[in-house]
Amino acid sequence: MRSYLDFEKPVAELEAKVEELRALGERSQAVGIADDVARLEAKAAAALKDLYANLTPWQKTQVARHPQRPHFVDYCAGLITEFTPLAGDRAFGEDEAIVGGFGRFRGEPVCVIGHEKGATTEARIRHNFGMAKPEGYRKAVRLMELADRFELPVISFVDTAGAYPGIEAEERGQAEAIARSTEACLALGAPNVAVIIGEGGSGGAIAIATANKVLMLEHAIYSVISPEGAASILWRDSTRAQDAATSMKITAQDLLKLGIIDAVVPEPVGGAHRDPQAAIAATGEAIAHALAELGNMGPSELRSHRADKFLEIGRKL
Amino acid sequence: MNWISEVVRPRIKTLFKKETPENLWIKCPETGQMVFHKDVEANSWVIPGSNHHLRVDATQRLKMTFDSGTWIDVPLPEVTIDPLKFRDEKRYIDRLKDARAKTGQMDAFKIGYGRVEELPMTVAVQDFGFMGGSLGMAAGEAFIKGVTTAIEKKTPFVLFAASGGARMQEGVLSLMQMPRTTVAVRQLKAARLPYIVVLTNPTTGGVTASYAMLGDVHLAEPGALIGFAGPRVIEQTIREKLPDGFQRAEYLKEHGMVDMVVHRHDLKATIARLCRLLTKAPPPAKAA
Repeated sequence: MRSYLDFEKPVAELEAKVEELRALGERSQAVGIADDVARLEAKAAAALKDLYANLTPWQKTQVARHPQRPHFVDYCAGLITEFTPLAGDRAFGEDEAIVGGFGRFRGEPVCVIGHEKGATTEARIRHNFGMAKPEGYRKAVRLMELADRFELPVISFVDTAGAYPGIEAEERGQAEAIARSTEACLALGAPNVAVIIGEGGSGGAIAIATANKVLMLEHAIYSVISPEGAASILWRDSTRAQDAATSMKITAQDLLKLGIIDAVVPEPVGGAHRDPQAAIAATGEAIAHALAELGNMGPSELRSHRADKFLEIGRKL
Repeated sequence: MNWISEVVRPRIKTLFKKETPENLWIKCPETGQMVFHKDVEANSWVIPGSNHHLRVDATQRLKMTFDSGTWIDVPLPEVTIDPLKFRDEKRYIDRLKDARAKTGQMDAFKIGYGRVEELPMTVAVQDFGFMGGSLGMAAGEAFIKGVTTAIEKKTPFVLFAASGGARMQEGVLSLMQMPRTTVAVRQLKAARLPYIVVLTNPTTGGVTASYAMLGDVHLAEPGALIGFAGPRVIEQTIREKLPDGFQRAEYLKEHGMVDMVVHRHDLKATIARLCRLLTKAPPPAKAA
């Protein structure tokens, strides 16, 4: 069962009609139904293409959060063989909001880290909706340090509304854990590539997204605070999220222009959730390309490439 | 609007102002006790009696920290203003202008180079009075400049942090200051210069989640609110009342995030002592 977003209503109606006609065609022998189906299908496809070519930042926010959008585990299944997840921060516990481990990308061993939101209610609770606590970031640090020692590239998948804001997270030093994770990214002597696959929410995202190459899916968002959060602080009205989404420049297209990301990964028409396999394949291509570009650099070169890249951000606007 | 009101009124206003300055008495936010303005000022803006540490602006902070209250201002880099042409209820550019007029500063950072107990030192201060000390491009560049200065002059780097977090009006460009400042912290560490962070009230959000929690030593002023998420956000998320003292300096020390909670009167001596110890400098003459 496909779930539609509010703004997809016209497409939903067309597609419902197609289904109806098709069912009718199967039951009766009426002439011309097949033609009608084909005509309507073309119309629905065109409407969808139009719609997705001009999504507003707020619509993109909804697409980025779509419940059927592929998550980290899907990318991992599609792109990584022999994936071996590792657990725990060796200090406090295991946080499944961040999943990580080692596996092979196109045959080569890599470290993989990502936020996992979960696809079912049970999984969402287990993964805390992709909102990590300090132990999640400390696990990420541990894995990055391990990858660094064995000179393995780090691929990270970013998909979080933000780091978890709760008593126990503060108690265990959420801020410090995020800061250390960002620092661990910068310390890597191995190449790292980060892909914003859904929501890149603030410090919780940057902690694993400080990479030599930062890629972003066409309809993903990346921002300093959620549109709802900005609306309630700056406008004192959480219903102004649409305005906040527009003003903050959170889309891949805007961020490419601002020099914050390195490349946009195209999504299938209608968004990654319409054809997850195509979205995952395109992401794989983009990661391979990014890693190839970094291929000849040694550890110190990679560190200065990363440091210089971030220092340059905002200096030539 | 007639000519009389235009001519006469301002004079009366100034007359009244002279007689009753609003800030003659200060009410302690903790106990409600009324204290004389001059007494508080003479006590480094700490309320005598309750020991409540009031906020101080960047200039006052530098004055308290450097020997004989003198230092050399480190010129800060200019940045692109309002890159996103941001407006909420008000235009960001107007908010900036207001903050500049109110504080006389260009942005939330002020950096001084001078001597602290005779030890050469680079000191950066974040001013909460300038748009909540928010971390935007100007603040990020200022921090980086402070670190570069410390490296050039081979001095320890001291940061007085105070901030509500990222400057949302600069969008992801403000978020990018987290990795950018972390790059600078790494350079400082590579140069083997001490990095002392003093957490003051309040330090939250992206500032805590980057350079303010990466110090070699973390000091905090008593009662300072320090955390990642603000208490209001946490309360809204978990729908519970927060425990007393939650996210205060003493709580952070108890939880291993802060080395010492230091009274403002003792900060200067503590900073100098730590820097002398870390850099193998001799003890001060009188203690020797």
